[in-house]
Amino acid sequence: MSAMIRFDRVGVTFHEASSAVLTDVNLEIPEGELCLVIGPSGSGKSTLLRTVNGLVPRFSGGRMDGVVSVAGRRTVDEPSRQLADLVGYVGQDPAAGFVTDTVEDELAYVMENLGVAPQVMRRRVEDVLDLLSLHEVRRRSLSTLSGGQQQRVAIGAVLTASPRVLVLDEPTSALDPAAAEDVLSALARLVHDIGVTVLMAEHRLERVVQFADSVVVVPGGGAPIRSGRPSDVLRDAPVAPPVVELGRLEGWDPLPLSVREARRAAGPLRERLAPLVSGIEPSPVLERVEVAAVRHLVAGYGSHAVLDGVDLAFRGGEVVAVMGRNGAGKSTLLNHLAGLRPPLRGSVTVQGEDPHRLSPPEARCRVGFVPQDPSLLLYHSSVADECAAADAEAVREPGTTERLLVRLVGGVDPALHPRDLSEGQRLALALAVVLVAEPGLVLLDEPTRGLDYGAKEALGGVLGHLAAEGRAVVLATHDVEVVAAVADRAVVLADGEVVADGPARDVVTHSPVFAPQVAKVLAPQPWLTVDEVTAALLAEEVTP
Amino acid sequence: MNVTTSRRWRRVRSLHPLAWWVWSLGLAAAAMRMTNPLLLGLVIVVAGWVVAARRTDAPWGRTFSFALRLGAFLVVMRVVLAALFGLRVPGTVLFTLPIVELPSWAAGVNIGGPVTVELLLGAATEGLRLAAIVACFGAASALANPYRLLRSLPAVLYEVGVALTVALAIVPNTVLTAGRVREARRLRGRAVRGLRGLQGLAMPVLEGALERSVDLAASMDARGYGRRRAVSRVAVAVSTVALLAGLVGVGVGAYALLDAGAPSVLGLPVLSVGVLLLATGMVVAGRRVDRTRYRPDEWLWAEWVVVVTGAVAAVSVAVVAALDPDALTMPLFPLGWPAVPVVAVVGIGVAALAGVFTPLPVSTLTGLHVAATPPRASGDVDGGRDDALGLAEVS
Repeated sequence: MSAMIRFDRVGVTFHEASSAVLTDVNLEIPEGELCLVIGPSGSGKSTLLRTVNGLVPRFSGGRMDGVVSVAGRRTVDEPSRQLADLVGYVGQDPAAGFVTDTVEDELAYVMENLGVAPQVMRRRVEDVLDLLSLHEVRRRSLSTLSGGQQQRVAIGAVLTASPRVLVLDEPTSALDPAAAEDVLSALARLVHDIGVTVLMAEHRLERVVQFADSVVVVPGGGAPIRSGRPSDVLRDAPVAPPVVELGRLEGWDPLPLSVREARRAAGPLRERLAPLVSGIEPSPVLERVEVAAVRHLVAGYGSHAVLDGVDLAFRGGEVVAVMGRNGAGKSTLLNHLAGLRPPLRGSVTVQGEDPHRLSPPEARCRVGFVPQDPSLLLYHSSVADECAAADAEAVREPGTTERLLVRLVGGVDPALHPRDLSEGQRLALALAVVLVAEPGLVLLDEPTRGLDYGAKEALGGVLGHLAAEGRAVVLATHDVEVVAAVADRAVVLADGEVVADGPARDVVTHSPVFAPQVAKVLAPQPWLTVDEVTAALLAEEVTP
Repeated sequence: MNVTTSRRWRRVRSLHPLAWWVWSLGLAAAAMRMTNPLLLGLVIVVAGWVVAARRTDAPWGRTFSFALRLGAFLVVMRVVLAALFGLRVPGTVLFTLPIVELPSWAAGVNIGGPVTVELLLGAATEGLRLAAIVACFGAASALANPYRLLRSLPAVLYEVGVALTVALAIVPNTVLTAGRVREARRLRGRAVRGLRGLQGLAMPVLEGALERSVDLAASMDARGYGRRRAVSRVAVAVSTVALLAGLVGVGVGAYALLDAGAPSVLGLPVLSVGVLLLATGMVVAGRRVDRTRYRPDEWLWAEWVVVVTGAVAAVSVAVVAALDPDALTMPLFPLGWPAVPVVAVVGIGVAALAGVFTPLPVSTLTGLHVAATPPRASGDVDGGRDDALGLAEVS
């Protein structure tokens, strides 16, 4: 097999950055492979992807050394638009790249630019509609599609040019588990049936690693890039999905990459764990103070109800995960708890008051909300200014926010612009700004989007602390692994109604969609995380 | 049996956007010639009825009500200004405003004075004429999909068209970002109203719009936007000269046609030469752009019906203007009831047929004609219609 994409001593330096983002990258990706790019957030994965069709350095600025060539064509010779017939690039936010207003027009856009004959265009659009199962929405307006549909349209919109290489930046990070599976199975079909070479970055390894032929690790911080077969690279990669961690723990060989492989190797482990199941601590049932309550909440826009008669109570000291499909009403629920909207019917109370009726400064002392894009909460040009402003707003003594921030993520350079922080640091800063008012209810909307495993673990610790201080923590999330690790209670919304509400362990282990990988591997035993399994095994060794 | 089914089968399509614009121009041309409030009212009613029957649920479908509000504002402004500054006309005095004495150099301008029924009615009908014209354009923009309209531009204007498309997308998104930023400010307990609320709103909103534009530009570039074919220098020179000369010709010709003082030889011949040159220039320049079109909008009999009904409205009013010009005006001196010229009424009424002989509007939610749309399942609309902060769940 010949190399489809070749990196030859590639280095990228952005003007302001003191150190290079990528140095001396040498890689060859053979034709027809699905290559997964992994690494901590901010390590340069997106930069690596964007060099493939020349968006780096043309759109990003900065300097690039070395040569990237795709099918023998060098990206330094041709601008991105001339490579459109060879490389299809789909960015992180599919909706941000839409040019037209309906699905069919969007699919045809690239072919119109390439001057493809009308009959060929018709045929290719039909092919792609079938390939990505989009035929039912072909005439719909793009803004009315769900996240998974938008992502598939964005992929289809580059696929119609019949490119030989597909470059995808976090294609499933915004999607619920079911929609992510739709997208990934479509990608797998492209690789198997058409022989497209796919280069894809993704944080949610548990979703994608089983589809990958090879893995490229971008460790960041100037460390050299490594690549190889998934089972070899993941043995000691800095990031790994739960099945791989389980495999590392038990020394399984070959290292399992999918739940199916792990289940086949897990027989002996299940036997050892069986007597320990009774030791799984049941969720503590304490008499807790009710912090917030939602009664018969009906919310929506016009005639369309997003939430339809929701009853929920949130007590101090618990971490509640709200799950459900994209568009099931998770964000709407959080917005109402934060008092951003008046309910159509029903009531919302936080510590006895309706947050929508309170003045903003009063409301934030009761409920703190970190929106999906935490940078919305940040306005100042440096971390220090941001912290000082937050102290002033919340009428706390200077330095309070900064101390909170240090407690959350350790030291952060106070002179940095919030935009230059890593995703995890930015989330922590927004959280510190919210927490300085000491709200009893803390809401987080999709907090793990874009976070690597390390940052997720840190976030889990922080959320546990907040709950231990007696606050109620509510997070809306698609990330089943995070739910498994941090949540005491899980609420599943579907079609605007609560369809499940109970201890997280019961709710997620009984759902094929929301079960974390460890639960799937060790079913019917209700283990949720690798840490839990490790702790149980350790305890057994200590007291035989 | 097969024959009947195939005859009843209709493809999902929307009317050619240009047809709607030609139709509304016809209606606007009719409105421009009259001050008869009955006929003007009829124009607005016809435009409104067609909009109600054929607009989609797309965002631009709401522009008609905005146009109506703008029209009402124009009428009120016109009346108020006439009462304050209008030339005093004799007639039934309603009330008298105090007259402001102005220095001698401002002679000819008067402020205040007696306000008569005739003065107000004259101003109101003038305002109504403007309102009717605005309503016609509002109708066109509510009925015609702007994206598809831009797609029917000639190849050479294609890139300008895309720039407009991007601008179209930026406006609603900026409004959306502003909403999110406002909500986020509330979360930090800051003022959301007044000057202090505005402070610091501009930066994040602009940043958001800029970031989005760069994302979109990257996406467009990666998908081949702006690819050009190599052409000879001669062709480039020819097209540039032809386009410039054509523009000058069209300008001079149009001026000569409209200005009664200009020599009439200059009029039509110069205009036609100009148009010809422009067309040549566009064709030659268009060769540089190697683009094809996916399913271009078709021009079928429904488009002809729409164009012809609009033209009938314009022509019928022109006929009345030639035969009985008084019938088109509001009789003020002496004050009387406006006439009801049958030809004009029927002509304008014919324009309403555009709301009958056209394909039903296509829903943005289902991509089907509205009549064929099954009842909407409540879970069907995903977060696309979610509120400002929640919207990020999808996008």
